[in-house]
Amino acid sequence: MSNEQIKQRLSEKFPDISDWEENYGIQSFRVPAGDNLKVLQFLYEDEELQFQFLTDLTGVHYPDRAGEELCIVYHLHNLVANVRLRMKAYVPVARPDIHSATPVFSGANWMERETYDFFGVNFIGHPNLTRILNVDEMDYFPMRKEYPMEDPTRIDKDDEMFGRG
Amino acid sequence: MPRPVQYNENTKVALANIPDGYQGEGFMATKFDQVIGLARANSLWPLPFATSCCGIEFMATMGANYDLARFGSERMGFTPRQCDMLLVAGTIAKKMAPILRQVYLQMAEPRWVIAIGACASSGGIFDSYPVLQGIDQVIPVDVYVPGCPPRPEGILDGVLKLQEIVKHESLRRRHSEQYKGLLNEYGIQ
Repeated sequence: MSNEQIKQRLSEKFPDISDWEENYGIQSFRVPAGDNLKVLQFLYEDEELQFQFLTDLTGVHYPDRAGEELCIVYHLHNLVANVRLRMKAYVPVARPDIHSATPVFSGANWMERETYDFFGVNFIGHPNLTRILNVDEMDYFPMRKEYPMEDPTRIDKDDEMFGRG
Repeated sequence: MPRPVQYNENTKVALANIPDGYQGEGFMATKFDQVIGLARANSLWPLPFATSCCGIEFMATMGANYDLARFGSERMGFTPRQCDMLLVAGTIAKKMAPILRQVYLQMAEPRWVIAIGACASSGGIFDSYPVLQGIDQVIPVDVYVPGCPPRPEGILDGVLKLQEIVKHESLRRRHSEQYKGLLNEYGIQ
């Protein structure tokens, strides 16, 4: 199965897919945020494509891209043909809603919790969207690029010990 | 043929000094404070709470080369109920803080805490949102051992420093207003 075949088969079914590019032999593309689950399901169930393994799911924050600041990246793998694929969806940081991939991949559960924990992406339909790595009381999303390198509002630092007293 | 009797002829064994007191033939009178302090100081049971590289250094400290057992800390007790000395070795994430605190609460009085290494003492290089900036934010600490990580000698020195504290601690200290005030600061009854 070549990248060309994947591209052709996907664009037939989903004409809205855009931004096709190939990096290091891996095809990547962009889906409209609302279509992510449909595309994942098609990739999973299609006889020819069979992308049945979710290698990774994570987020990226692009603070300069107005209206599509948060990117959710899915790394898929066809284990039979050993072909990889990268799918991206963009959501605005003001309303970061996207469908959860858990109906197709149970393994997406913790990855989505992690992405929620660090980027605040709201995965609709997730069975238990709570923080997974950080303390439950945390009231911000630490991996978003909206904090200065050294946060002057921090109150848990003991300045004396760091020569800043 | 009788073997020669050799009692206490191994001069390499260092015995603890006899505490001050009044001695006469066949008796000695001294203060409980000193006798109990001596006993406690030389039989501190360590509870290692090792989360990262300082823990590896602590393992070397326990091992045959450096041998913490020479100082009376023969056996690691991996239960807070039976231990006197909590050794926190490594980075404590904020999510770990309540667990560390619970371990401290489960220890019986008298209890002492050593913060081993930069991370346990101050957060160290992890000037970051998920890391507790020093365990003294959640539990009181008696001795801080600097280093990143400290060498086993450093950890031994910390334990010896703690022994000095234990030796000279008043038996009433744990009932003192000052001590209660300290625990109150941490919200511990």
